[in-house]
Parts: sequence; C-alpha cells; structure tokens
Amino acid sequence: MSDRRWKTLRRNKTAMVGAVIIGMFVVVAVFAGVIGRYDPEARQDEFRAEPSAAHWMGTDKNGFDMWSRMVHGARASLMAAVCAVAFALFIGVPLGLIAGYRGGWIDGTIMRVVDVMLAFPSVLLAVAVAALFERTSLFTVILAVGVVMVPTFIRQVRAAVLQVKPLEYVTAARALGASDRRILFRTVLPNCIAPIVVLATLSTGVAILDAAGLSFLGLGPEATVPEWGVMLKDGFSLVRQNLYWIWLPPGLAIALTVLGFNLLGDGLRDAFDPRQI
Amino acid sequence: MSGNGDLLVVRNLKKYFPIRKGVFSRVVAQVKAVDNVSFHIDRGETLGLVGESGCGKTTLGRAILRLIEPSAGEIAFDGVDVLSLKGAAMRRMRRRMQIIFQDPYSSLNPRMTVLDIVGEALHVHGIARGREREERVKQLLERVGLASRYVNRYPHEFSGGQRQRIGVARALALNPSFIVADEAVSALDVSIQAQVINLLVDLREEFGLSYLFIAHDLSVVRHISDRIAVMYLGEIVETAGSDDLFDRPLHPYTEALLSAVPVADPTRERARIVLTGDVPTPIDPPSGCHFHPRCPLVEKICSEVPPGVTDAQNGHTFRCHVVARQFPDEATTPVESAAP
Repeated sequence: MSDRRWKTLRRNKTAMVGAVIIGMFVVVAVFAGVIGRYDPEARQDEFRAEPSAAHWMGTDKNGFDMWSRMVHGARASLMAAVCAVAFALFIGVPLGLIAGYRGGWIDGTIMRVVDVMLAFPSVLLAVAVAALFERTSLFTVILAVGVVMVPTFIRQVRAAVLQVKPLEYVTAARALGASDRRILFRTVLPNCIAPIVVLATLSTGVAILDAAGLSFLGLGPEATVPEWGVMLKDGFSLVRQNLYWIWLPPGLAIALTVLGFNLLGDGLRDAFDPRQI
Repeated sequence: MSGNGDLLVVRNLKKYFPIRKGVFSRVVAQVKAVDNVSFHIDRGETLGLVGESGCGKTTLGRAILRLIEPSAGEIAFDGVDVLSLKGAAMRRMRRRMQIIFQDPYSSLNPRMTVLDIVGEALHVHGIARGREREERVKQLLERVGLASRYVNRYPHEFSGGQRQRIGVARALALNPSFIVADEAVSALDVSIQAQVINLLVDLREEFGLSYLFIAHDLSVVRHISDRIAVMYLGEIVETAGSDDLFDRPLHPYTEALLSAVPVADPTRERARIVLTGDVPTPIDPPSGCHFHPRCPLVEKICSEVPPGVTDAQNGHTFRCHVVARQFPDEATTPVESAAP
C-alpha cells in the first residue's frame, strides 16, 4: 500500500476506531493464558456466582470463571474467523483468477457452481456442511463458515480480474513473452489486491458472526469449550432472569468485534478508492 | 513482389470478430476488422499505417504480434511462419518483435517499479538477473533520455512523455528487430511528440530497427516513414513511398485524407476534399469497393466488383476501378489473387 493510501486510512477516524477495537481483541486473544487468570474449563466456585473481586465477571452454570472464558473465547472466535477467511482465500482466489483470466468454458463451469452455491441461504449451507460430521467441533465450524464464503470470494476476485485484464500493461506483459502463470501472479493479482483485502476484512466480521451462530445452534464445539457462540447459547435461557453476567458479555463481544471489522473494512475500501485524492 | 530484404511479410491477413447472440451464442455477424491485408516491411524500413479511427489499424498491429489471434492469413517474420508457433516457441519469438502502446498511463503496471517494468523481459527470457539486470535497465533508461536514478520509482511519479519513454525502453530491452508503434505519440503534447519521434528515429539508426508506425496524423507519419500504407475499413487501399504518396496520391480516399493536412504556407491554394457521410460499419461493409458510398469518383462497377490491386510502379500500389484506367490493363491484378 502506498504512503498516500496509508495517510487516507490513518485520517479516517471510524476506520481507526475499528482498528483499535480489533487490536484490543487480538491482544486479549494472544495473551489469553496470562490475562485469563483461571482455567476456563475447570470449576472454580459455586454456580452462577455474581461478579466479585475473585471472579470479575462471575461464574456460569458450571462454576467456570466467566472472565477467563471470555478471554479464551476471543482466541477461539478470532482464530475460527481468520482460519475460515484464510480457507476462503485459499480456494476462492485461485479459482476466481482462473475464471476471470481464462474465460470460456472454464469460467462458465466455475461460475455455474458458484451460482448454485449462492442459491442456498448461507446459514442453511453452513448447517448442511456442519451436519456432514458426526461430531462437530471448532474445526467443523471453520470448514462450514469457510465453504460458505468461497463463492463470494470467487465472484469478487473474478470481477477484479475482469477489470484489470483488458488494460494495456497486461497486453504488454504478454507481448514481452511472459507466461500465463507469470502474468496472473505478477501482473494481474497485485492489481486485484485492494478489493481482496477489503473483502477479507469485511468477511472476517461476518465469519465471527457465522461461527458464533453455528455454535449457538448447537453445531459447534462442546458446551464446555470457551467460545462466544457456545457461551451465548448457555446464557440464552437466562435472559429473563437477572443473570446478565452470563449472557451479556459474549453478546457484546461478538457485536463489538464484528463492528470493528466492518469499520476497518469500510475504511480500507475508501482508502483504496481510486477517486480519492 | 518480395525481395530478400524482407523482414516481415504479411499475406491475406484477416481478423473477424464474431458477434454472438442468444442462449447458444450463435454467431449472427462478423466484424471484419482486418480483411485480406497484405504487405511487407524490409529490414531497417519504417512502414507508416494511416486511416480513420476504427478502420482496423490497431487490430492489424496486434494481430501481427499475435496479441490478437488472426482469423486467417500468413505472417512470415524473417522467414519463420509466426502463426504456426506454439507456446514457448512463440514466447521466444517475442524477443524479436515488440510493441509501444498508445496510452502511456494504462500501459505501465502501476504496482511495479521502473526496474521491474523495463527489466521484466530480461527476467522472463533469462537474459539478466539481479545486479546485471539493474545495470542493463539503467543503460536503457539513459538511452531513452531518462536519468538512471529513476529505476526504483513508480509510474505515477512520471509525466506522460517520460512514461512513454519508459514504454520505449521496455520495448528495446530485448533488443528486437521489429517494433509496432501503435499510435505511440498520439496521446502526447505536440512538443513532446517531436521529442519521442526523434528518439524513435535515432533508435532506428542505432539498432537497425524496423517499425510499423501506426498513426492518424499524416504529417507525423510522413516524417518517420519510408513507405506509407493507407487503410480504410479493414483493407489497405494504397501503398507508396512516403514522398510518392504525398506528391501523387492515386486513391480518392488518400487524396481526401491528404487534403485535410494543414500546410504551413498561406499563399498556397488548396482544394479541400470533404468526404460526405460516416465510415460505414465493418459488420456489413459496402459491396464491391468499400469506399464507394463516400467516393467522389463512384461509378456503377464500384458497388459490384471489389477493385483489384493496380501497380503504379516504384512500389506504388492502389485499389480503385476508376483510377486504374489511367494505367495499362496488365498492371492490375484481379482481387482473387491480390497481393500488393
């Protein structure tokens, strides 16, 4: 990214707020073991204890410390989202590049498969993928969320390639005798990075939400694993009771991280906009 | 027809773009962008190619380099049948034939440094890497009139004229013998145009280059070309030595084009021939001679029979029924075996 774009991004206050939110959660996730104080999957105290000096966020129905579960949940949720997006990038970028660059029947075939995948509601598709496994875990959540995002990635990358392909510098690379592979990775891909970065950022927010959603539906890791969706499911039945410390923190954490990624993604989109001065 | 000095011989080259419609992509029509074009370029020679916008000049230039795959015809480069080359063999051939683009903005990759843009070809063909490559790129930059300290800059840091010089350096990197200059100066200011043209002329002497110089500005073309070919609606209608063409235009279309060139002499009276109508669409070109709907000399035969190639001597050829009558019958080759 050029200096000019960095400056545009740095001046964008909402984007910086998003970056700070994400940064905070990342720090928490990385140092979860230190910050967490307790083992998140071991009974510490009585059940559903109110917040106190020993347990800042109280304890849940199993007597597990909520604070350390929240902190370790950040690690699980962020990792799941990042892995799912990485999976979508790994599959979606090469297929999108090939579809856009080669065109013809290859493009037709790939895009028809994409159309079929997009025809299903994403939650339904994710549930279907998760249901393929006998025992669901964080890994199956990653896979389900990743698979659901692949068609969008293919589409966006293909659209970006179609914009770059007719430009003369691509023809120039061909005129020099560069191979198709070289043209794709050295000429076309670097000029498609901007929309891919924006998409990946926005998708990470969506992935956190989807992963939590799957866990909430019972298609995620076991109930004792510290993960925000699982915790939210635990607290769901308690909303009517005055046990706010069990259901409020995971809900807020999910909302806040998704907000952070959306703000940063929007800011990146503005920074990459060629019409920016 | 073609002596031993030929570097490039193009014969009956065609490029039709199909227009597809409907669910099954049925071909409903063809855009005949290049239709049966034949010409040759000698070693060290510059052929100017002129014509209105949309007449197929750019398509022709790119079809020769196979940046657009021709539909039919023959291209012989230094005796090698270019159209039969595949994959790696074609990429090796590209070392010898290069192109300079019209738009100095879209023709340079914005995410590469000058070093990578100019040096890419050296890397691709394994000619030079690392330090050596940088040295070569610096030499090339100096040669086209840019400071060698610019190697690590990006295209957006340069002006239009400087960018076009980078484009020239890129084309020169492989030490080619033939360059297609596709409207290479059309996008530049007049003062910069002159500098770039002079650079191209100098490089031609120094490296023994042949050019196909595509342009729509006749005075520019006259200055740089040894011979000029005039194109109309996908066909070459007249070819002649530069001065010959200007002194003795034979095709009525060439005459009309030349009359549009301003002369820096207010005392000289000139008849301005203004063509009526627009360029017809190449999807369904007029029958017979493509020029007949706009031609001041039009006769009945013009809309019925495509004109053959008439040899007016000194390598001057044209395609016109009416003007051909000033020449003996045997000077005209009928259209079936036409090859000027």
